[in-house]
Amino acid sequence: MKPTLTLGPVLFNWPAERWRDFYARIADEAPVDAVVVGEIVCSKRAPFLAPVMDEVIARLAAAGKEVWLASPILVGSDRERAAMRDLVESDLLPVEANDMGALALLEGRRHAVGPFINSYNEATLSWLAGRGAVAVSLPAELPAASVAVMAKTGAALGLSMEVQVFGRAPLAISARCYHARAHALHKDGCQFVCANDPDGMPVSTVDGQPFLSVNGTQTMSHGYLALAAEIDRLRAMGIQRFRLSPQDLDMVAVATAFRSVLDGERSGQEVMAELRGMTTVPLENGFFHNMAGAAYADAPAA
Amino acid sequence: MGSFELICPAGNPAALRAAVDAGADAVYLGFRDETNARNFPGLNFSRPELAEAIAYAHARSVQVFVAINTYPQAGNLAPWQRAVDDAAQLKADAVILADLGLLAYAAKHHPDLRLHLSVQASAANAEAIRLYREAFGVRRVVLPRVLTVPEIARLNAEVDVETEVFVFGGLCPMAEGRCSLSSYATGLSPNKQGVCSPASHVRYEPRGEALASRLGGFTINVFGAGEPAGYPTLCKGRFVPGGGTSRDPAYLFEEPTSLNALALLPELKAAKVCALKIEGRQRGKAYIAAVVGAYRRALDAFERGLPVPALDLEAMVEGGAQTTGAYTRAWR
Repeated sequence: MKPTLTLGPVLFNWPAERWRDFYARIADEAPVDAVVVGEIVCSKRAPFLAPVMDEVIARLAAAGKEVWLASPILVGSDRERAAMRDLVESDLLPVEANDMGALALLEGRRHAVGPFINSYNEATLSWLAGRGAVAVSLPAELPAASVAVMAKTGAALGLSMEVQVFGRAPLAISARCYHARAHALHKDGCQFVCANDPDGMPVSTVDGQPFLSVNGTQTMSHGYLALAAEIDRLRAMGIQRFRLSPQDLDMVAVATAFRSVLDGERSGQEVMAELRGMTTVPLENGFFHNMAGAAYADAPAA
Repeated sequence: MGSFELICPAGNPAALRAAVDAGADAVYLGFRDETNARNFPGLNFSRPELAEAIAYAHARSVQVFVAINTYPQAGNLAPWQRAVDDAAQLKADAVILADLGLLAYAAKHHPDLRLHLSVQASAANAEAIRLYREAFGVRRVVLPRVLTVPEIARLNAEVDVETEVFVFGGLCPMAEGRCSLSSYATGLSPNKQGVCSPASHVRYEPRGEALASRLGGFTINVFGAGEPAGYPTLCKGRFVPGGGTSRDPAYLFEEPTSLNALALLPELKAAKVCALKIEGRQRGKAYIAAVVGAYRRALDAFERGLPVPALDLEAMVEGGAQTTGAYTRAWR
């Protein structure tokens, strides 16, 4: 089966115009098959995207992309619950659930399970498939041995299984906004300072070592997770979908590079070298190789 | 609505007896392996120890809940399923689970076993909680530490499930069960191995008069001369926001502090919370006895409408600091 290249939702606070233009270029130029859109990190940011959302969806659909709407990661407040219900009830597009609340509302509809729902084993996959999921995106911290079991079980259950192969790894979500806190602000009066950091706010150790990246209420890895050299192995396991998480760099070039590996035109190592030339952010693959997520296994075992 | 239930931690048999004797209504504990989220060396219970613990507790009308709240490893479900089977066979009063597959297993194979949803499942809204209730018959949900008390009140008005909230002890600033910070720094995670900032990866490094604490390849804090050096829990470390050395190091995520929601008892009661939980399965029996005893006295006074005595637990709270955490909006 032809592998699917997925573009995950933009996780950062990009101005609506930039967000719209980003997707226009993705529609026209990026060799991705599926695009997941939506503000899933902070419900306060969602109103900014609302005016351009329909235009973006139409543009992507017209370009032949499979478009999914992503549900928010953490749903606790009334505002977040209302947004989650609206998303599901609008019934415009298939939804990728990132919280069990959204999954609850999606019963009986075609839906995907996003990487923020904890799918760690085959028993969970089986339950999700039984509720009507058609695709499951695995959590970033799963090691290869688990991915292999999940891919096999998923295939048997008729699920299309996905792994994130590029972009900062999402590490945590909180009710507290760390962007606001770092600027001595409160979440309720955050002044949307997260917009100052379109690729996340770098966080280093007291020794000046780059470590994490803060994106509002979300904490991410400093390094970009990059599994180009592991793509052949992932395909052999039965993984069918390969997810890129948008960063503040040329995502059309990133998508083109990953497409060329999926199409067998270039080697994963060659593409890793190209990615290194595109950014000063370190590339990481530790989670997959059962090491610290921040690590990089230089010569991945075949 | 009856009295609050006081749910207390036990990391070993001595701590369990201390909690029972100090007035716990229920004790929660885990097996000595990766099946629970406090998988620390020297902690937790063997099967015979659990049998004895249940006998000791039940003889004193105290319940025992078994936490099996990590996410079973793909291709190796047996240890988690066996933990559920053994807890049921040993007559635990409830199992505390987080994984969907394991909940399905428990509901199918042990229909009479009471299921509680672990905080690790991070169920923070009525829709999610209803799903766990309908799909698995979950009777109680331990709420993640992301909701304000008014949000908890609205939630309880909508769901037909008991809710349990943390009131004292260590504070996770992140939504539980959705945090891979430890895994990123060390390769070991709360969800997979049941460890957060694992001791096996901790090092202390003298730096002149100062002391650095490290976790995996990362410095988590540097303590000045005379400053007490805390454990390098990742989210309670000092970091430099903005990157490099552009700013002074700060407690970016959370200060070393302990949750104490004693002052919120009236609000939690009005919010129809059923059970109050004390964190600390890694704590010794002296700590457990002191904290459980203090909370027992406070709850007894509260339920009788008497003034609630101060806890006098200054020595028991991390960094000498206390917070009501996410329960009050200002924390955000």
